[in-house]
Amino acid sequence: MTDFTPIQSLFGGVLIGLSAVLLMALHGRIAGMTGILTGVIPPLAPDWQWRAAFLAGAVVSPLAYLALGGTIAFSVPVSTGLLVIGGVLVGIGVNFGNGCPSGHGICGIARLSPRSIVAVVTFMITAFITVFVVRHVIGG
Amino acid sequence: MNKLVSAFLIGGLFGLGIAVSGMANPAKIGNFFDVFGTWDPSLVFVMGGGLITAFIGYRIIFRTRSAPVLESSFALPTRRDIDAELVGGAAVFGIGWGIAGFCPGGAIPALGLMRAETPIFLAAMIAGIIIARLIKSNMTRPVEA
Repeated sequence: MTDFTPIQSLFGGVLIGLSAVLLMALHGRIAGMTGILTGVIPPLAPDWQWRAAFLAGAVVSPLAYLALGGTIAFSVPVSTGLLVIGGVLVGIGVNFGNGCPSGHGICGIARLSPRSIVAVVTFMITAFITVFVVRHVIGG
Repeated sequence: MNKLVSAFLIGGLFGLGIAVSGMANPAKIGNFFDVFGTWDPSLVFVMGGGLITAFIGYRIIFRTRSAPVLESSFALPTRRDIDAELVGGAAVFGIGWGIAGFCPGGAIPALGLMRAETPIFLAAMIAGIIIARLIKSNMTRPVEA
């Protein structure tokens, strides 16, 4: 079980949205983790420096939040084998699909991009089916 | 402001939002999709809050500015076509997301939570990105007669 956290999740979502707005206003870029991360995996993108700075910030802030006494629920109810299989599929999928929930789901839909809307509907459906099969068909 | 300082701070805001919202917690992602089991609809609020903020903010930016503050122009995706790579890629991503409970935007901030599972997932995900690049470079290579 995980707790239903509507207020906290809404607040976190607004922070993610603000980050996307600031990245567009200041840098003119889409705040999609797939695109940002892909540029620092060799061969490096010509503008890899700001991407590395963004990624560093994204790792440091939860660490700082914990260090200052905050708590963040985290558990991985999945075996290492499934984590690896899932990871490889996520990597292949976001590369071919040109994005993930941050890029397509927040930034793309906010721009009313038809590609992003199709991508989000598609991955929501396959994730839902996958969890149903893993938890209720295979694991049931 | 220096571009790298700005990107670091904006990334920090992103990571904090992800961590606070629950997007960095694989158990919460799994439960979001488990409508017939231990359903946790919190992620609707994450997507809702993020989307409404970005929707309004982007409109203000594009109506009031012709270029971003620190760069000479906006770098926006221009493609609008729906192709098999997009749909197939999104479908495969969804399967992986459902299996592992991590997405790229969740896993990077999760690194800051200092737990052993995250680097394992990220290493596999980066391997997947490299595999996809190799598949694509083979697909575009001219066919030998």
